[in-house]
Amino acid sequence: MDAATTDAAPARSRMTARQRRRLARGVQYAVIVAVVAVLAAVADWGRIAESFFQFDIAADMFPEVWTSFWNTIVYTLLAFAFGMVVGVPIALMRVSEFAPYRWFATVYVEVFRGLPALLVLFLVGFGVPQAFPGIQYPGGVYGQVAIGLGLTSSAYIAESVRAGIQAVPKGQVEAARSLGMSRTRTMVTVVLPQALRIVVPPLTNELVMLTKDSSLVFVLGVTTATMELSKFARNELTDTANATPLLVGGLLYLLLTIPLGLLARRLENREDHR
Amino acid sequence: MNAPIVKVEGLHKRFGDNEVLRGIDLEINEGEVVCLIGPSGSGKSTLLRCVNLLEEPTEGTIEAAGHDMTGPDADLDLARRDIGMVFQQFNLFSHMTILDNLVIPQRRVCKTPKAEAVETARRLLAEVGIEGKEKAKPAQLSGGQQQRVAIARALAVKPRLMLFDEPTSALDPEIVGEVLAVMKGLAAEGMTMLVVTHEMGFAREVADRVLFLDGGVIVEQGPPSEVLANPQTERARSFLHRVLHPAD
Ligand SMILES: Nc1ncnc2c1ncn2[C@@H]1O[C@H](COP(=O)(O)OP(=O)(O)OP(=O)(O)O)[C@@H](O)[C@H]1O
Ligand SMILES: [Mg+2]
Repeated sequence: MDAATTDAAPARSRMTARQRRRLARGVQYAVIVAVVAVLAAVADWGRIAESFFQFDIAADMFPEVWTSFWNTIVYTLLAFAFGMVVGVPIALMRVSEFAPYRWFATVYVEVFRGLPALLVLFLVGFGVPQAFPGIQYPGGVYGQVAIGLGLTSSAYIAESVRAGIQAVPKGQVEAARSLGMSRTRTMVTVVLPQALRIVVPPLTNELVMLTKDSSLVFVLGVTTATMELSKFARNELTDTANATPLLVGGLLYLLLTIPLGLLARRLENREDHR
Repeated sequence: MNAPIVKVEGLHKRFGDNEVLRGIDLEINEGEVVCLIGPSGSGKSTLLRCVNLLEEPTEGTIEAAGHDMTGPDADLDLARRDIGMVFQQFNLFSHMTILDNLVIPQRRVCKTPKAEAVETARRLLAEVGIEGKEKAKPAQLSGGQQQRVAIARALAVKPRLMLFDEPTSALDPEIVGEVLAVMKGLAAEGMTMLVVTHEMGFAREVADRVLFLDGGVIVEQGPPSEVLANPQTERARSFLHRVLHPAD
């Protein structure tokens, strides 16, 4: 045992750090190549092509798929708008001097960040109408979605905006106050413009999350006209007994989310260079 | 003789158990330049920030620039227009251009018409020696330039009294002079100034009165020729020795 370690140690130290790094990288490449080769050999390519790459099935989805694609965008934007309209005031309450506002906002954020989006959507779609019979959401399913997904989103948005507000240097707030600006004036003129710039990247990420969460809308029971992308793809999957619609649906999601992700990264970098 | 422009009586300030100011009485007359010196943690910034109520006094009364700051119906926003403040870290609004840093406060606080606000801003920037930087953002300026803009910004809402909290402490030694020159000019125009500083040369040259603060009380005060040259207390003597001979 002792002898073995003393033997091994000089053997290792005979390699320089760079050689060891090169060796480690070589091993990793070899493993990746091996894994890919095995997968390629094992996979039944004919079968995969048959399940996912049926061109006529894909072509058949058009142009109807655009309705659901459009609905996905609309649901996302509605939920985001609701999230902003509620989230920004909640963020302001979280940094308020008035303690009850802070308590309320903290509870609000913890509740809606802690509950699954699906559950909140159910609550809005079914729980609330049952508890308050006769309640009508403005815009029907659109209103339900705005609130149902927007509540969850508002909690995340509130947290992002709060972080943005607190990232604005306190000295600038004191400078504004010492010039005679009121608390509200300072918030509007000095803090929020800088905070909102800081939170643009996290808000863009929130849009990406919402785009995906809009797939939950199916639980509200949707018609062809109000169907979103996931539901549409799943219906097609059932109708055709083929997975090609999932691939098409997935690609359409990426068509939305990848540009948003790139945009978020661009905006983040722009902040760095400011 | 006129009523004093600053009148502090029986001022105490506690942060939790920490009593930072322990009974300050201070009067400053119109046009007077008062320098506040003292060791770190002695309460200089706290005293300054109590004058415009950025810190709320625990006890005592403050009148400044004709406003009863600690009174029950004090309108602090209105009062603070008359009390300019300059900070160690400049605190320019970083999302605004240099010009907007001076224009927006006038527009929002004093409701000055735009053309007039811009004209005032240009004149003040020229007075502090900032030219051709109107469209720049604060981060593009040197520290000395930023501090001069900060002074101009404070002047833009036409204060009657200026508070300075170590305005040159964050600056490289070679650009301290350009800020001090602006402050000297201001003093020469008759502005009432309360200045926390470690610049003993400035205090000696410009101050009408020097206050030595230690442990939250004014230990010694008088004209600079007395307090700086011939301190009466041991605490002031050892502080001045440390400041004037930092190498020992
Ligand atoms: N907001 C605050 N909360 C708690 N304690 C504070 C606060 N501000 C200041 N203090 C404390 O009050 C004391 C005096 O601080 P102050 O900033 O007035 O000193 P100073 O004389 O300006 O010192 P320096 O020369 O370092 O600026 C310090 O002990 C400091 O820790
Ligand atoms: Mg200080």
